[in-house]
Amino acid sequence: MSKSDPSAPKRLAMISSKGTLDWAYPPFILATAAGAMGWEVQIFFTFYGLPLLCRDLKAAVSPLGNPAMPMKMPFGPEGFQKINWPIPTALMAAPGFNSVATGLMKKTFQSKGVATIEELREMAVDLDVGLIGCQMTMDVFGFKKEDFIEDAMIGGAATFLEFAADADVSLFI
Amino acid sequence: MSEIQADSVLDCSGMLCPLPVVKTTKAIKQMEVGQVLKMIATDPGAPPDMQAWSRQTGNELLEHYEEDGKFIFFIKRVK
Repeated sequence: MSKSDPSAPKRLAMISSKGTLDWAYPPFILATAAGAMGWEVQIFFTFYGLPLLCRDLKAAVSPLGNPAMPMKMPFGPEGFQKINWPIPTALMAAPGFNSVATGLMKKTFQSKGVATIEELREMAVDLDVGLIGCQMTMDVFGFKKEDFIEDAMIGGAATFLEFAADADVSLFI
Repeated sequence: MSEIQADSVLDCSGMLCPLPVVKTTKAIKQMEVGQVLKMIATDPGAPPDMQAWSRQTGNELLEHYEEDGKFIFFIKRVK
């Protein structure tokens, strides 16, 4: 009960509702940073955020519908890497384009020194971040608890709200 | 250059947010209260982040400076 006990640690409550590779980062980055500062953290994974709890992470990214995404290459000379390629929208819809874009984004993150989602998720577990899967989303999309990592817990809206009621920071991502 | 003697050194060169903060926390937890950790980072976001981390955790940031493109931090475990 964070607010009623002044000596209690600060609390961060987040909802992760998007499971693409790009949107998987913010909740895990904030959760690990807050956990590192000694805060109590819970992430409630719902709708398309739920697969981020799966043992086998398949988070991918699509440039289609993401017009602000920089289209840059993670290899080659510096000048080449700075080029923001004007990819036609029709080409983004081509089969295989998403997996190419996903591979390039992962390569870029790795070369810049950004942790993978798997690594951040492990760090979150080590820092006692509560990872809650949404039971309703599990029922709707056909997930079982066994699909998720061992440390995942299951809950519903009331579970999240009870924790969030005493949170100092609440975010919907 | 610093006169401070570190009990342990953590090199976070090449790592981006939130890794320096997370790895510093892990390293500090393995030390005794009163001991000093020297942390080295190249992420330009590390100086403001480490100051915030210090205020939030209560562990003391004794000194920090930039040297040859690296950010050096001396952190004392307080609790």
